[in-house]
Amino acid sequence: MSFTMKMNVEGDTATIRLAGELDGSSAPDLNDLVTQAVGRQVGRLVLLLDELTYMSSAGVRCLVFAHQKLPRGSQITLVGTKPEVAETIRLTGFDRSIVMR
Amino acid sequence: MTILEPIDAYPTRRIAGYPVRAGRSLPFGATRVPGGVNFSVYSNHATSVTLVLYREGEAEPMAELPFPESFRVGSVHAMTVFGLDVERLEYGYRVDGPRLPWQGHRFDPDAVLSDPYARMLTGHGPYRHRSRVALDDFDWEEDRAPHLPHEDLVIYELHVRGFTRHPSSGVSAPGTYAGLVEKIPYLRELGVNCVELMPVSEFDETDNVFTGVNYWGYSPVGFFAPKASYAATGREHMQVDEFKHLVKELHKAGIEVLLDVVFNHTAEGDERGPSISFKGLDNATYYMLTPDGHYYNFSGTGNTLNCNHPVVRGFVLDCLRYWAAECHVDGFRFDLAAILGRGADGGPLHNPPLLESLAYDPILRDRKLIAEAWDAAGLYQVGSFPHYSRWSEWNGRYRDTVRRHLKGDLGVTGELATRMVGSPDMYSRRGTAATVNFVTSHDGFTLRDLVSYDHKHNEANGEGNRDGDDNGNSWNCGQEGETDDPAVLALRARQQRNALLILLASRGVPMLLAGDEIGRTQLGNNNAYCHDGPLTWLDWRLREENADLFRFTRRAIAFRRAHPVLRGGSPGSVHWHGVRAWSPDWSAHSRVLAATFDGGGDDCVYVATNSHWESHTLELPEPPRGQTWHLFADTAAAPPMDAFEPGSEPPLANQSQLTVGPRSVAILVTH
Repeated sequence: MSFTMKMNVEGDTATIRLAGELDGSSAPDLNDLVTQAVGRQVGRLVLLLDELTYMSSAGVRCLVFAHQKLPRGSQITLVGTKPEVAETIRLTGFDRSIVMR
Repeated sequence: MTILEPIDAYPTRRIAGYPVRAGRSLPFGATRVPGGVNFSVYSNHATSVTLVLYREGEAEPMAELPFPESFRVGSVHAMTVFGLDVERLEYGYRVDGPRLPWQGHRFDPDAVLSDPYARMLTGHGPYRHRSRVALDDFDWEEDRAPHLPHEDLVIYELHVRGFTRHPSSGVSAPGTYAGLVEKIPYLRELGVNCVELMPVSEFDETDNVFTGVNYWGYSPVGFFAPKASYAATGREHMQVDEFKHLVKELHKAGIEVLLDVVFNHTAEGDERGPSISFKGLDNATYYMLTPDGHYYNFSGTGNTLNCNHPVVRGFVLDCLRYWAAECHVDGFRFDLAAILGRGADGGPLHNPPLLESLAYDPILRDRKLIAEAWDAAGLYQVGSFPHYSRWSEWNGRYRDTVRRHLKGDLGVTGELATRMVGSPDMYSRRGTAATVNFVTSHDGFTLRDLVSYDHKHNEANGEGNRDGDDNGNSWNCGQEGETDDPAVLALRARQQRNALLILLASRGVPMLLAGDEIGRTQLGNNNAYCHDGPLTWLDWRLREENADLFRFTRRAIAFRRAHPVLRGGSPGSVHWHGVRAWSPDWSAHSRVLAATFDGGGDDCVYVATNSHWESHTLELPEPPRGQTWHLFADTAAAPPMDAFEPGSEPPLANQSQLTVGPRSVAILVTH
């Protein structure tokens, strides 16, 4: 049930490493962090997901939240997305302007 | 910017260990509010209501919260519960009240009922009827409904699972909303601009005493809930998102979305059926009952929803508003809609309040409303459905007339003419949008089967071939069923083209059954509601096998799009002909009919149909405005000369005569 995250901002890129379960209770924390990143004028967001064990529909919504908060044309990259999570994101159309690696 | 915190976002007391406060009566259902979930449910005859909460997948509830008397307004029980993990929550209601079936009351405090307003049900497994709280936020981007004029629609009726479930579909998520998204390029290529989805709200797939399978879905359980098993992401409970994504993608492609909705009955059956929701919530309100408390059965399925009761009316309206406003759906086709015009005692009403409310509702104002204007108890209202200048109808008489003409029946030429110009005998004051024309639908033979079988072959349905329509006006072209006789096959190929051409050259809104454009067969089964398998799934290998038929259909749709005069116009824009120009033969032995549809300019079309087994040479009227006749289609010609690309039709060598082959249809256009 635990969830941790850590942000590192270098230049205009914010990298956030997520671990544990991203669900309705942890999603607001991630949104707060994304808001902070936007306050630091980042134009690129990289989410490291390889230590994420679970991503609920509320978690998937964070991607839209980030997309809407970041300046137009910003890139969001997901790294280490588990295939089934990537599939869910794609099939529900949440992959708009998101790069999955 | 500071956000003003609402002052009612805090609990006032605890019930069963959960922090709660009196909820808001509106909106009904379970709604996320700051810090919690607002549950609102109503029942006019209940004496007590308890909210039952489950951790997902667990047999026993984690809590039962009785609604305190002070949380009730009128008959609406509302409570906000704080601190719930909505994504892992399932819920239902335990409702008590009189157990007096002879007075219509069937309360049963042992049953946990699903919320009729639930936006999601669990949808599978032993707890499939449990309700869930949906996250209703969605990124619609700039989604805009295509808002196509009603008369310009070409409707394509499809079953979400059946359309891509077959292994040959080649999609990554077969049988789902997401699978359908992958087939949008196919729909664009075909040229249809509207899909009508057979029921997609939660229904009971096992509701069938004969085969244990209900595939079509006319057996509703959750009216607000998109079916979880049609979502590749249903396991993650993201069916609402996946459905909305489908609508968004179809809109991007310029394609409208109509839902086939079933408000005439539910899956609860009669007194022998299960108690899922309405029956235990307020049976006497939701169902039409005889004076001694038995179920009226105008739907042929055991019960009949009491649609014109003010409470039920409100429910139906809430539901349609949800689909229209929250899910961006463009319209609805109402199953057995004649029932929606019946009163509480079953009698047809002159001014049915439900139909009137829907016709004038502000949210539904621009949405298409299409009635299947009959029911299973003999009320047939094609042409007389209470329409308020808003409703259109599935034109069953169009279907029957075209089928009879195709098989060569005598005495139908006059009626065929009427049907081809929008059935003005029934809809003259309402325009061509009032009639939805079709030759085939999910209910009955596919087009290929219509020309391959004289009789239905429903043995696999488990009712000794007694189910299904006996009067399908079909003709097998000389042999029953599958054959390799080239003459029979050639005639069948022609007959399918004849049907498509007449349909797509008729005024009124054409509806195609998915797969008819590539020769889908159900092996003569004309009531395949109970088969979830290769018999009903679209086999995409037919796309190659019947590429000629696909191309023909695509061209016929494109031709319709290019010619507004085929979609509407004054009665004076149509002129009738027979073997002699300007002299139609309306006699009972006539099997030849021709017409010019002249919309001015290049928009002039000559349609000739000959259902006689011999060819006829027809004198052509002089083309208007000094133009010449060009040949768009001739079903007697071998593919690919059976239809040409609209705009590139070759000129006719003989401008004064046209020979229409045996059982053939030809279309000319002026340039």
